[in-house]
Amino acid sequence: MSEHIVPVQTNVAVWLALLVLTGVTAGMAFIDLGPFNTIVALVIATFKALLVALIFMHVKYASERLTKVVLIAAVFFLMILLGLSLADYTTRLL
Amino acid sequence: MADSPMAVGQHSPALQHHFADMEQQRQASSLGMWLFLATEIMFFGGMFCAYLVYRYWYFADFAAASKSLDITLGTVNTAVLICSSLTVVLAVRAAQLGKRQEQVVYLALTLVLGLAFLGVKAIEWTSKFKEHHIPGAGFHFEGSVPQHPGQPVDQQHAQIFFSLYFAMTGMHALHMVIGVGIFSYLLYHAWKGSYTPEYHTPLENSGLYWHFVDIVWIYLFPLLYLIDRKK
Repeated sequence: MSEHIVPVQTNVAVWLALLVLTGVTAGMAFIDLGPFNTIVALVIATFKALLVALIFMHVKYASERLTKVVLIAAVFFLMILLGLSLADYTTRLL
Repeated sequence: MADSPMAVGQHSPALQHHFADMEQQRQASSLGMWLFLATEIMFFGGMFCAYLVYRYWYFADFAAASKSLDITLGTVNTAVLICSSLTVVLAVRAAQLGKRQEQVVYLALTLVLGLAFLGVKAIEWTSKFKEHHIPGAGFHFEGSVPQHPGQPVDQQHAQIFFSLYFAMTGMHALHMVIGVGIFSYLLYHAWKGSYTPEYHTPLENSGLYWHFVDIVWIYLFPLLYLIDRKK
């Protein structure tokens, strides 16, 4: 399989979605959701990151399985770093 | 083993002799680039981890310090980076389709947007210097903790916020500076017509780098600027 050529409309749609989500995340910060402010901000950020990775970085279209393995492994180890560190620090009795 | 004269005749000039064909060569460089990005994820991951731990410990002071950042400039810069990601995608697409002029235009636009981002960042950092929000002997942070008007902000904790702020946005900006350098090189070669539908790996892999730096900012923006903005 050769590389995939993404249609311009798809790229522009992703770009518009990213801009709208940036506005939404900035606007949501001013609404009091209690602890959910952080969660909403991080969910929107992750959604934006997925759009960039899948469409702009062509992960969705990549025929090479090895690329996906590398990416998933990197995110997996990042989650170990963040998950286990926070599980420690947030449960300590200071 | 040496190639037979006939096989040499069919080679793309961009094919290096240790690869079987162009597709294998492209996949190998792509894999190398993704491995590099995996190391970059762990590099920034360490700083994000430090940030999250301190933010959990000193949430109120971090919220106060975060409020002193300019949310308008932060949002504008996020939009600028997103636009630059679009121009990168369109430059890669132009190379895939063999449109030289489009490549040059989109790469030039990417450079302009990248420099605009760095310019806005410079404005933000300058105001931090003026407000004495640079960690060190001269550090001073006025104000009280949000929702607790009587409680002054802990100077040490606010300094930790700004140390992390400068470390993270600084490393991100360094990546942007390197990106601007890489894209200047790409612009020169696109101008010369070096990138064809058969061979445009430098453009493709530099694009991956640029998008990665964009993703880092996508997380930095809400984490640093939007901790606690509610009235």
